[in-house]
Amino acid sequence: MTGPLLAIGPEPLDLQRIAGAFGSGDGRDGAVVTFLGLVRNHNAGRSVRYLEYEAYEPLAVKAFERIAAEIRDHWPSATLALHHRIGRLEIGDASIAIAARSPHRGDAYAACRYAIERVKQIAPIWKREFFEGGDIWIEGATADPDDARAKAEAERLACA
Amino acid sequence: MRVTVKLFARLRDIAGSSELARDVTPGATIGSVWRELANEYPELANYERSISSAVNADYAKMDRVLSDGDEVAFLPPVSGG
Repeated sequence: MTGPLLAIGPEPLDLQRIAGAFGSGDGRDGAVVTFLGLVRNHNAGRSVRYLEYEAYEPLAVKAFERIAAEIRDHWPSATLALHHRIGRLEIGDASIAIAARSPHRGDAYAACRYAIERVKQIAPIWKREFFEGGDIWIEGATADPDDARAKAEAERLACA
Repeated sequence: MRVTVKLFARLRDIAGSSELARDVTPGATIGSVWRELANEYPELANYERSISSAVNADYAKMDRVLSDGDEVAFLPPVSGG
């Protein structure tokens, strides 16, 4: 089964679907590294009940395309698949699924790590945390795709 | 001329709406639209230094001059993943 490489929507995510997004390939790749981000039941000392994700969807897809292009620049043999879920997510649900594929494992590991770091930096997606006693919008990075320091930090983590 | 303003996450909660229509004068920029909104909804001013902006679903800087019919989006710090 093949689907889009880059997508955002309310559908549940799973590893089989993200790894299957590449199709069967031409035999040149020897590695697929996958990552699933899950909704955790605790955050910053709070007991989390569930999360609600929202996104500026057309810009989110463009941000994913930008991340895929950055990966092609840095690891030319690697290919990225990235799906992000939005809407209400329960504890243990997957919010993001990433797969990176390449001829050798090193590039696939690096590209996969780079992708999750860049999503957290630049994708216009927000989570609202509903915890025991209240709710709060989580606010992380100021989204600036041209911020060279942030990009360099993602590269450093990817290659650590 | 008229632009559409899209607000997300906490910014939307502050303004009470995810989408607003605003009449602006020729030469208006993303920044001038933001300053008017921040006058209207003073709590938005807390985000002065941490927002990002986009026009027609592409990232754009605050000095970008707007055209009639543009969709301007203001984005608080992101938390995807």
